[in-house]
Amino acid sequence: MKISDTSEIYIHIPFCVRKCLYCDFTSFPADDDIREKYVDALTQELYFIANEKCHTAISAVFIGGGTPSVLPGDKIQKIMECVRSNFDLCDDAEITIECNPGTLSEDKVRAYKQSGINRISLGLQSSNDEELKKLGRIHTYDDFLKSRELVKNAGFTNINVDLMNDIPGQRIKSWEQTLRNVSDLEPSHISAYSLIVEDDTPFGEMKKNGELEIPDEDTDRMMYHMTSGILSEYGYERYEISNYAKKGYECRHNTGYWTGVPYYGAGIDASSYYDNCRFVNSDDILGYIKDPLNGHFLIEKLKKNDLMSEYMILGLRMIKGVSYSCFEERFSESLDKIYEERIAKNIADGLLKRDDDRLFLTERGLDLANVVMQGFI
Amino acid sequence: MDKSLIRNFCIVAHIDHGKSTLADRIIEKTGLLTAREMQEQVLDNMDLERERGITIKSQAVRTVFKSKDGNEYIFNLIDTPGHVDFNYEVSRSLAACDGAILVVDAAQGVEAQTLANVYLALDHGLDVFPVINKIDLPSAEPERVIEEIEDVIGIEAQDAPLISAKNGIGIDEVLEAVVTKVPAPKGDENAPLSALIFDSLYDSYKGVIVFVRIMDGTVKKGTKIRMMATGACEEVVEVGYFGAGRFIPCDELSAGMVGYITASIKTLSETAVGDTVTDADNPCSEPLPGYKKVQPVVYCGVYPADSSKYEDLKEALEKLQLNDASLFYEPETSLALGFGYRCGFLGLLHLDIIQERLEREYDLDLVTTAPSVVYKVYKTDGTVIDLTNPSNLPDPSEIDYMEEPIVDAEIMVTKDYVGSIMELCQQRRGRYISMEYIDAGRALLKYELPLNEIIYDFFDALKSRSKGYASFDYDLKGYEKSTLAKLDILINKEQVDALSFIVHGDSAYDRGRRMCEKLKEEIPRHLFEIPIQACVGGRVIARETVKAMRKDVLAKCYGGDITRKKKLLEKQKEGKKRMRQVGNVEIPQSAFMSVLKLDEDK
Repeated sequence: MKISDTSEIYIHIPFCVRKCLYCDFTSFPADDDIREKYVDALTQELYFIANEKCHTAISAVFIGGGTPSVLPGDKIQKIMECVRSNFDLCDDAEITIECNPGTLSEDKVRAYKQSGINRISLGLQSSNDEELKKLGRIHTYDDFLKSRELVKNAGFTNINVDLMNDIPGQRIKSWEQTLRNVSDLEPSHISAYSLIVEDDTPFGEMKKNGELEIPDEDTDRMMYHMTSGILSEYGYERYEISNYAKKGYECRHNTGYWTGVPYYGAGIDASSYYDNCRFVNSDDILGYIKDPLNGHFLIEKLKKNDLMSEYMILGLRMIKGVSYSCFEERFSESLDKIYEERIAKNIADGLLKRDDDRLFLTERGLDLANVVMQGFI
Repeated sequence: MDKSLIRNFCIVAHIDHGKSTLADRIIEKTGLLTAREMQEQVLDNMDLERERGITIKSQAVRTVFKSKDGNEYIFNLIDTPGHVDFNYEVSRSLAACDGAILVVDAAQGVEAQTLANVYLALDHGLDVFPVINKIDLPSAEPERVIEEIEDVIGIEAQDAPLISAKNGIGIDEVLEAVVTKVPAPKGDENAPLSALIFDSLYDSYKGVIVFVRIMDGTVKKGTKIRMMATGACEEVVEVGYFGAGRFIPCDELSAGMVGYITASIKTLSETAVGDTVTDADNPCSEPLPGYKKVQPVVYCGVYPADSSKYEDLKEALEKLQLNDASLFYEPETSLALGFGYRCGFLGLLHLDIIQERLEREYDLDLVTTAPSVVYKVYKTDGTVIDLTNPSNLPDPSEIDYMEEPIVDAEIMVTKDYVGSIMELCQQRRGRYISMEYIDAGRALLKYELPLNEIIYDFFDALKSRSKGYASFDYDLKGYEKSTLAKLDILINKEQVDALSFIVHGDSAYDRGRRMCEKLKEEIPRHLFEIPIQACVGGRVIARETVKAMRKDVLAKCYGGDITRKKKLLEKQKEGKKRMRQVGNVEIPQSAFMSVLKLDEDK
């Protein structure tokens, strides 16, 4: 089996000003002392990964959270220095940091630039302040505009904006407005998700109690179908179920997830995938600070069958789908032979389409991707 | 054995009034068990029974009690099942006793089931004495309850021991009362053998173990015995009595004693509860009275969720029947569900218990169809069929008329809820018989109700309408002519045989509509639209539609999500596997039981 010759790094910053009502990531407010110790622990773990686990060049780094931008700029610089001095970073490596409006400053943005970060992901979700409030966000649309100015002025050209539909109380019209407002600003990349209500969140509780009024399935689909239409007017192409980019600005890090590129996670609750295994770190921050090297707990060892299955269910998330020849090159098996029946059934149901070397989801298949993907499990 | 030192008795009580706890205390106090031997509830030795807090199989235990009068008494405590489904078994257990302790909850007072059990005990000529339990509860009103017992049941209760079985209060008093209030057994050990079978169980080493009360005569190893009703003949291998939780062999059992007999009997059907065991060489002239062949009252289809497990189901049913002669089953085939069995039960609780045992003890996943009572179909050609499966209903043109089973029902309810309970009985086609106030606060309602109206959700409806204050008991009365129809369900234009059921003409429309609504909730959206129709005699009387699926996609899937999302997909896929394919529609197993849960308030 052919294995990718580069890898990626994910660095988790579990801090935020306040937890949003829908968020199920590991994150929480914390004091300076904990943050300081955590960053120290991160550098130890990164050093360990570089020396003990990772043997390839790094094509992408993603500092995610939480809200990484709540950390002072010098902390991010410290993390990035550690990455630079210990890993073999490709010259053109994509290095992203997630930032939330209301937490950025000129100093921070300058520090990011100096540390070699070249992509900023801004968590906006909506240009409607009412909707932002409903989500429990700490910022307004105006805060976002200011943050974006800071980022632009510091010389960043690769900017992502996260948007969300299905927000409680959201109307089709306001979703359209958010899409147009943001597209007018011409970020290079837009992620647009339907809200997922997770069980262990305030939204999950509200849903259980029947207190959460979110747009119904039909409205959700209308919003979804509208999204790709509107964004394409502005030159964005949908390249994954929920991701849109101007040409050449597809997120390399995330594309790595969908194409089986190994990744090394650092920080609490961070996931890793290498040597055909999936690992995860504990989410206990005090334990992590004490012993940052006691992580990467094995949760899944993937056999060839599993790898092929993942190749399909992740690969089909991308609009261009999977390639028959790449599959064969990677696994020395014919895609047609392995999944013959499933593929035929889904094509007959109008959920998959084959075009020469590529197999991909149809528009209806994108709505019902789970139905298709179950066939490859 | 000096008969005057034997006491054969049972405890009768409403569920939750503390019967099993008192039994435990008696066993503990009589000192045959060390604390370590004591399981939490010795008589309830099946897990399932313990969880449900009820006793399914009657059992007996022998203990030794040293009374204040200086004598050592043999106590045979015979446990009785506490549910109307097992009325016949209860009556046979009672027949094996000479007296009964009536346990009444000091807070709850007398309930319908208490009454039913006491009357049953009195009918069998037992001396019944009451004890008031749970007197340590803040809500206890022993004075009121004593008065109630005297007024309602009409037995002396002024000197009833006031006890707390849970906290061991008053147990000595109960034990002394057993000595003084339960009469010693009568009978002649030299007369020909006659012994009442009140229970039996199958043991893979000993074969059938027959639980008996010796009325007359003596039985020992080597006695050639004959079961008078079934005619089975065997030589006795072992006799003995019941230690707590085990069998203790002894030399002989004689008149007045309670114990067990083994005789290399292979099947329980040869040792029917209520039958008389006699000496084949020196038989008694008459069998003991009261024997009755037990007939199933409720039937349903039982299918393996995974059709490849048919053989496992068959084996499990065979094994269960070894220990439960009242379970009936025969093979059946359904277009929707494949190969399975039509099973007959004594009632809904019995059905529940068997289903749970199949799932728990035999690790089977089951699909059960809606329970049905036995209808009598009088055909135009003069023949009569006992209809146990709605699918077998003959063509309407061949049917002259049909009859359905009716029960005599007694409902005891606090007076605030009399109105709503009467309304419920009316809705369920009940025929009002009488109502009497048993005290200032409570009434006893008597109704005749069609059995098929109570096997679905009557208990639940009763509970919700009375806020839990109603208790209920019934007895099969007989058959009556009725306007009945078969309701068929079509899913995506295909009839699903396992969903058909017999319904009274007046409620066909309503049931059909609710059935469609329920199925709409149960059947997941498919890639296409699915019509659900209810039909009577080919005519559609209700319709719902399951809309085509619009969205089933995970918006987000990044590095940390992958394992979790894969599990989610696996779960979805697994869920589909567990569904039944009818035409091109996948129907979840639960849909087949949904007829049971047609919430009446909707």
